Amino acid sequence: MNLIEAVTNKFPDLVICSHSQHGDQTVIIRKEGLGTLMKFLKYDPQLDFNILMDITAVDYLNYPPSPLTALPHGEKAREGACRFEMVYHLYSLKYNHRLRVKAPVELEAAQIDSLAELWPVADWFEREVWDMFGIRFKGHPNLKRLLMYEEFEGHPLRKDYPYNKRQPIVVSRESSVKASTDDSRPTTDD
Amino acid sequence: MEYKPLEVTRERASSGTESMRINMGPAHPAMHGVIRIMLTLDGETVTDAEVEIGYLHRAFEKMCEQGNYLQALPYTDRLNYVSPLINNFGYMAAVEKLFGLQCTERTQYIRVILSEISRITDHLTCIGASAMELGSFTAFLYLMKAREFLYELVEDVTGARLTVSYARVGGVKADLPAGCKEKTLKALAEVRKILSECDRLLTRNRIFVDRLEGVGVISKEDALAYGITGPFLRSTGVDYDVRKAQPYFAYDRVDFDVPVGLQGDNYDRYLVRMEEMRQSMRIIEQAFSKMKEGPVQVNPFTGEVIAGAKMVDEAKLGHTSGLLEIKAAVDPTLDGTSKYDQQKIYPSGEKEKRVMLPAKENTYGNIEGLMNHFKLIMIGHGIRPPKGEAYFPVEGGNGELGFYVISDGTDKPYRVRVRPPCLPPMAALANMIQGGTVADIIATFGSVNMIAGELDR
Repeated sequence: MNLIEAVTNKFPDLVICSHSQHGDQTVIIRKEGLGTLMKFLKYDPQLDFNILMDITAVDYLNYPPSPLTALPHGEKAREGACRFEMVYHLYSLKYNHRLRVKAPVELEAAQIDSLAELWPVADWFEREVWDMFGIRFKGHPNLKRLLMYEEFEGHPLRKDYPYNKRQPIVVSRESSVKASTDDSRPTTDD
Repeated sequence: MEYKPLEVTRERASSGTESMRINMGPAHPAMHGVIRIMLTLDGETVTDAEVEIGYLHRAFEKMCEQGNYLQALPYTDRLNYVSPLINNFGYMAAVEKLFGLQCTERTQYIRVILSEISRITDHLTCIGASAMELGSFTAFLYLMKAREFLYELVEDVTGARLTVSYARVGGVKADLPAGCKEKTLKALAEVRKILSECDRLLTRNRIFVDRLEGVGVISKEDALAYGITGPFLRSTGVDYDVRKAQPYFAYDRVDFDVPVGLQGDNYDRYLVRMEEMRQSMRIIEQAFSKMKEGPVQVNPFTGEVIAGAKMVDEAKLGHTSGLLEIKAAVDPTLDGTSKYDQQKIYPSGEKEKRVMLPAKENTYGNIEGLMNHFKLIMIGHGIRPPKGEAYFPVEGGNGELGFYVISDGTDKPYRVRVRPPCLPPMAALANMIQGGTVADIIATFGSVNMIAGELDR
């Protein structure tokens, strides 16, 4: 079944572009319609995506040449360069098919709808994305860091976070404010 | 919300009794040192729970972006450290998907055999550890003995017990050693013997069954909504198994059954794992009988099989025509030349490069092998999949283990994402233990088979 066609026919205004590189069917949509689309994908009897396999994000800060033409498959270029892209992997148990949904998210007001009401597992996956990328989720019941500790500053999977930067594991609240000004540059002397 | 560790706070519950807030872990022995559960108790009953993870976070995904494609491989060993080979193959399969590559027949069977050996070690550890936590130390020792037979096989093939790093793009590091089939079959016979012993020891053991049956129940609908896969999902009666649903490697050529449970409780999960080990042994035996002699490496760019001797000659084609124009910009940290200069070296000749590492004898023994090795290992050289993205799911010990790799056309992966199979059950854990007793947490948590390496990455 051509999932891309099914989605595009239903939401022609929402879909920015699509591809099926390496056989992975992918639609890239406007983030405003994420909640509507996901509800449709989950409850439509022809699609029946009952498992949300994964939620993650990608930081397109360094992707050459630019996120505008980042799509490797030569299909129509995407409008508006966005810093992040949310990536959702869906699976349908009944029809044994997979779909990848991507939604660009800009750096300013990095926010997108939460799916925690549709799939409870989205709760933890979205907490991880918030932790690692600093993207907020509208309507999330408990948006706090999942893997890092509360005092951690910054979002480590962003491309502008140096991989060798060190932070004290436990700092008191007052000293952390002071330390943040010193720690802003990457440290390499470890 | 702030939690004060090591301090018990009391507040009045609605029933008029005092409820108690208490920390379980990370120092609790059954929490493996890496999980903290904040419990609100009314007597022995859990009224509220919050699970905190992240104690073993080692920035796997960030570190994968720093090195080249092969340098990310050793990190995958440390994801699920009880079945590292499955992680190895899963990651390599995702990179091969980026290349649009099919590895050789023999490689596929080797991957199936080693994946299944790893699956058995994974399940043995899970059952052994959770039996031990429930007081059955004997069963734990028996199962560790069985695991030892299998780890010896893994060591025989890969040279290491845990840090295997055995997969390569387009193949595996080396062929199976001589006599591997006989050794494996002998080890499987021993494992079978131990399994039937443990079966008699545990499956109808009144104490063991009472601790597991009807405890930690999760419905089919909840399990699906929580994205749970693997033995955990199958215990609820859903027969989803990546090996059957979307066969990869050679799983479509071997015959095996997918066991499912009925109620989705801890006892069902125990039974499903026991049966899966027997099925895995069936798969290994079939794979050995169907496997033929043949090469284990292919060239990712052309899909051609690489013979050992040819590989040495082809290294001379290192496409270095523009090299003299390059201003050497080697920095003191030996990070090699810059990306821009590299692009001038390989204007369009990327297809000429080999991606399999040469045999160690060639690397140390002749200049061609050394050049080839250098070209593949040094930063700024390396293998370069075409631009794109790929998601490849394999059936790990705990469920669907997916690798989502994005290539930007350079030698470093732009993004590597792991779909950790034991994160969804851990997300559901708080709901599952609510309403039960404190002692049931141990049984339920044990059946999740939480492996912190892949949970926290």
